[in-house]
Amino acid sequence: MKPAPFNLLRPKSVDEALALLQAHGEKAKILAGGQSLVPLMNFRLAQPHNLIDLNGVEGLDPIRLDDQTLSLGAMVRQRDVERSPAIAERLPILREAMEQVAHPAIRNRGTVGGSLVHADPSAELPLLAVALDATFHLRSARASRSVAARDFYQGYLLTDIAPDELLVAIDFRLPPADCGWCCTEIARRHGDFAIVAVAVLLGCGRDRRIDFARVALGGVGPAPLRMIAAEQALLGERPGAELFRGAGDVAAQAVDPPADIHASSSYRRHLTGVLVRRALTTAASRVKGRAS
Amino acid sequence: MISITLKVNGSEQAAAVEPRRSLVDFLRYDLGLVGTHVGCEHGVCGACTVMLDGRTVRSCLLFAAQADGSEVTTIEGVGTDEALHPLQLAFQQHHAVQCGFCTPGMILAALELLRDNADPNDEDIRVGLSGNLCMCTGYVNIVRAVRAAASNGKAK
Repeated sequence: MKPAPFNLLRPKSVDEALALLQAHGEKAKILAGGQSLVPLMNFRLAQPHNLIDLNGVEGLDPIRLDDQTLSLGAMVRQRDVERSPAIAERLPILREAMEQVAHPAIRNRGTVGGSLVHADPSAELPLLAVALDATFHLRSARASRSVAARDFYQGYLLTDIAPDELLVAIDFRLPPADCGWCCTEIARRHGDFAIVAVAVLLGCGRDRRIDFARVALGGVGPAPLRMIAAEQALLGERPGAELFRGAGDVAAQAVDPPADIHASSSYRRHLTGVLVRRALTTAASRVKGRAS
Repeated sequence: MISITLKVNGSEQAAAVEPRRSLVDFLRYDLGLVGTHVGCEHGVCGACTVMLDGRTVRSCLLFAAQADGSEVTTIEGVGTDEALHPLQLAFQQHHAVQCGFCTPGMILAALELLRDNADPNDEDIRVGLSGNLCMCTGYVNIVRAVRAAASNGKAK
């Protein structure tokens, strides 16, 4: 099993990579970690004429954290996100999500940017990008622009990125420091793509009423979805089993999941309700400073 | 063709490779290092696991040209017939090798696991090896062997 022949282009800088992208356009494909693209090439489902390998490009792998934002370069390896003490401290949901991405050897190679742009509807990183209102920083030889996650994902494996554009970095807006979190999913086997995945963040004010809520789902549509209706059902209320069950029901009613070889639509809807409830329960138990 | 130089199991190698030459095919056909096995060729089974600059990778999902300038360790660089690595001895002693096809990948994955966590519990071991499939389903003995190697390592 071999990929079709291709030219391997090895730029050393972002500018060089952008020039190559501009020159080759749709005939070129970006190679990041290769954990999704190379299987497609081995099966010859993808046959790019030119492969632009970013692995030698300088400056695409910083991890920067300030008071408001976690900024990750597109070529940061998933394993390095998982292992970063700063991320574990300030955005633990991202670490929890990484642990559910495939397996160690895949995460050693797989990149943040690669997963975000590949845009598998049940992948964890796109889910977190939507849950956390991330901003995608794109560059081309023509211009630079920034796109919100909700606008970036447009459909099944479909994003707003143009053929000559490169994702260079992503900014995750940090949630309140004391909020609880949970990223969980149901998959056939550990490390498989999720049948349904959920990411939840929950913050409580001084009166113990919920003042920050994020509920996002993967695997239930062509792209990850924010469940605004479920968030609205939570805001201003006190955390509790009944509330969380209700929010799960709201989410389950709001989705119209696809059926495939792994699960029927109604099973995915069922999982949506169950997982939202479970994730909210876990997140509530992790809210800092909560007296209960 | 692309000219590459890399270190494989400590020895310098220079070669010219076609861009589509996978690292595992390069190791097996060009260098004759057939200890690294080829299973699914799309990153699922883990049989082709090697270390690239100290981290496990799927060598079926890397092109040899991408290993230019890197250090690769294969099962041939882990132990020798005369002096098996303690992990290999543990696999032997605990009957963690059945048909042997997954073994090189399992050993490399277990090496990384034990390097990162010298005292893993069974759950840690299962998660650490979750990317490596054993079609004989000999997982129980594999976990046992890794646990034994970890305990021996602690005793030393």
